Amino acid sequence: MKHYSDLEYLRLSKGQKIGYKIGSFFTGIPGAIGHFFKNIGGAIKQGAQAVGNEFKDIGSTFANGDWKTKVSFFIMGFGNIARGQVLRGLMFLLFEVVFIGYMVLAGAHWMAMLPSLGKVGPSSEYNAILDTYTTVYNDNSFKILLYGVLTMFFIIAFIYTWRVNVKQNQIAEKILKSGKKLKSGKDDLKSLVDDQFHKTLLALPLTGILVFTVMPIVFMILVAFTNYDGSHNGYTNNLFTWVGLDNFNTLLSWSAGSGGGQSYSATFGEILAWTLIWAFLATFTNYFLGMGVAMMINKKGIRLKKMWRTILVMTVAIPQFISLLYVSKMFARNGLINLSLMNLGWIKQPLPFWENPMWARVSVIVINIWIGIPFLMLITTGILMNIPADLYESARIDGANAWQQYTKITLPYMLFITGPYLLTSFTGNMNNFNVIYLLTGGAPTNPAASGAAGSVGYTDLLITWLFKITTGADSQYYLASVVGIMVFVVVAFISLVVYNVLPSIKNEEDFQ
Amino acid sequence: MNEKRHMGLKSLNRASNTVIYILLIIISIVWLLPFVFIVLQSFRVENTYQVGYVIPQQWGLDNYIRLWTSDFKRWYLNTFIIALASAVLITIIQLCMSYTLSRFRFKLRGPLMRFMLILGMFPGMLTMIILYRVLADLGLTQTNAVPGLILVGVASSGMGYYVSKGFFDTIPKSLDEAARVDGATRFQVLYKIILPLAKPIVIYTILTAFMGPWGDYVFARYVAMGTSAGYNVAVGMYSWLTNDQINNWYTTFCAGGVIVALPVTILFLCLQKYYVEGVTGGAVKG
Repeated sequence: MKHYSDLEYLRLSKGQKIGYKIGSFFTGIPGAIGHFFKNIGGAIKQGAQAVGNEFKDIGSTFANGDWKTKVSFFIMGFGNIARGQVLRGLMFLLFEVVFIGYMVLAGAHWMAMLPSLGKVGPSSEYNAILDTYTTVYNDNSFKILLYGVLTMFFIIAFIYTWRVNVKQNQIAEKILKSGKKLKSGKDDLKSLVDDQFHKTLLALPLTGILVFTVMPIVFMILVAFTNYDGSHNGYTNNLFTWVGLDNFNTLLSWSAGSGGGQSYSATFGEILAWTLIWAFLATFTNYFLGMGVAMMINKKGIRLKKMWRTILVMTVAIPQFISLLYVSKMFARNGLINLSLMNLGWIKQPLPFWENPMWARVSVIVINIWIGIPFLMLITTGILMNIPADLYESARIDGANAWQQYTKITLPYMLFITGPYLLTSFTGNMNNFNVIYLLTGGAPTNPAASGAAGSVGYTDLLITWLFKITTGADSQYYLASVVGIMVFVVVAFISLVVYNVLPSIKNEEDFQ
Repeated sequence: MNEKRHMGLKSLNRASNTVIYILLIIISIVWLLPFVFIVLQSFRVENTYQVGYVIPQQWGLDNYIRLWTSDFKRWYLNTFIIALASAVLITIIQLCMSYTLSRFRFKLRGPLMRFMLILGMFPGMLTMIILYRVLADLGLTQTNAVPGLILVGVASSGMGYYVSKGFFDTIPKSLDEAARVDGATRFQVLYKIILPLAKPIVIYTILTAFMGPWGDYVFARYVAMGTSAGYNVAVGMYSWLTNDQINNWYTTFCAGGVIVALPVTILFLCLQKYYVEGVTGGAVKG
């Protein structure tokens, strides 16, 4: 595609400009992807260099350091204590003792079991006294994987702490050589509410994220490479074990599933396509209609602005599960709408809001508009009022009509300001579990997908499918985990492309 | 001629305003009607299933009395406790996180924010399976679901720092620097200077943290695992609307909906101003 300079671009006709913009968006995609891989390559190279430098630094610290430093390589915190920083030294020492104790008592065992995820499943043992067979539970694959991951985290933390310990010796030696004094334990404590205040503030939140978000995600990514499911729960029935890329092959296979029907990849493709269509429609219908409502209320000469807004805002406050469940039942086969219309004699048969695939898909999008508009109205009202009034003034003097004012001033301004919001809203809608699950539960069922796990329906998103797989009859956790990874890949891909192609990444520091 | 054009514009404006009024009235009706229906049906006495009319033939408080005798009390209390604990703890965690990331420049700040952005791209649903097993090992499921839900909700709340960080970014840094020059520690800057200025975002965070648990469904259902005593309102009331229960419980669901929505809505309308401020700021900053 031809690339225009700024001047050439300005001389294009309107249609050409739009065509050029759309064209350059799509031609930008390969570049953005290439850029991404180049970045990864660069990062790996930098990382390797950094590791090399670390080793060099550690080596020279040992070679050039005094005996206190050398001992600290084996007894952490020794150098600190010997140089008078008792508090720091004791912390290091305590950590080392705890780590070694843990590794000897438990960690080594979990790490040794990790490659096999357990060898001996539950067995029936003959009990001579009672003359019966009782089940004896042996290895627990789930615990092995869980504690294996935990132990790996602990080892990484230990290596990091050990490195900090070495570095501190190096720094302390330097400071003492230059004749200055080291920080005392009291100074250290004081700095936790001053220079190092960020560490105090972040300690709790980051621990929470590490334990309840990072670790579970690592665990679930690993599950995608095992055969963990309802009949291999790793303890009470069968152990589970590593299966390599088998699960990815299953999801992307072209051959028909075991229960008949279409192949897994076709089912996956259908759900992915609907997820993307849904996310697109849900985001943009809400965006434009919400903006429309906000503009109507904002318009000069419209009275009772506050009342109109309050009416809509009230619906934001009502917990979604109430409104969604209620509306879902309202449109049901024997719901309020169908019964009323039949009472009035307008229809003979109930309308198939949730039974017909097309009706169901349109209904969820329309009801989502009902759910989303008040929220978008709230967001856009503030931004609309921030658009400088003189822009409109001069446009009016130049004779621009309302539509021109909208496309030339309002829309570009809004898109620029809310660009990041649109992206997060798109990915949020891809994972909009509540609206789909509470309205339809994924129904109506897709008969062609009967071979796939978790009874797939026509309104199922990837995320509701994931939920259905885990709670379904076989609880195929490994498959759910593969689907989850796929969701991540799609979301990450879209975010990456949009961020790299759209020029509106703003410098964070500009705001301050 | 100019005069004429002016007159034309004026009547055009009046016509378009009339159209807008009509649209706004239609919109208001469409948006409010379902909620009016819920309220009306909650007072219906003659039957408990869905019918083809909205105005009850026989009015009464039967459905509300039935709520009182069902497990609803327990569900309501559970949800209220979770909401209260979340409002306090999530607010503290999120403010620590957002204030630090807005004000401090340390070596790992950039990588940390990028890492959390990537982490946020994983569907939260994915981690439910293991979190459930961990909570089960700790004995925090089923009847003990409430502390379990609080723990998980609070522990992962640090990721949602974006909106309040956007707010802290708008407080001029020169304020901090002036106080630092006068010898205040970082802690004193936060406590004495920033916090009083941050009142709107504190209220916004408390409000959203308090409202969240009222609509929390999936994980709450997972953790309660069919034990009614551990349900929150969403899980409990959902169980009334399954195909085999709905004919018995439909009007009770409506009554429950009113009881759940009323306090939350009133609270929300009172604090609306702060919510709008937070939401708008968050959208602009992304």
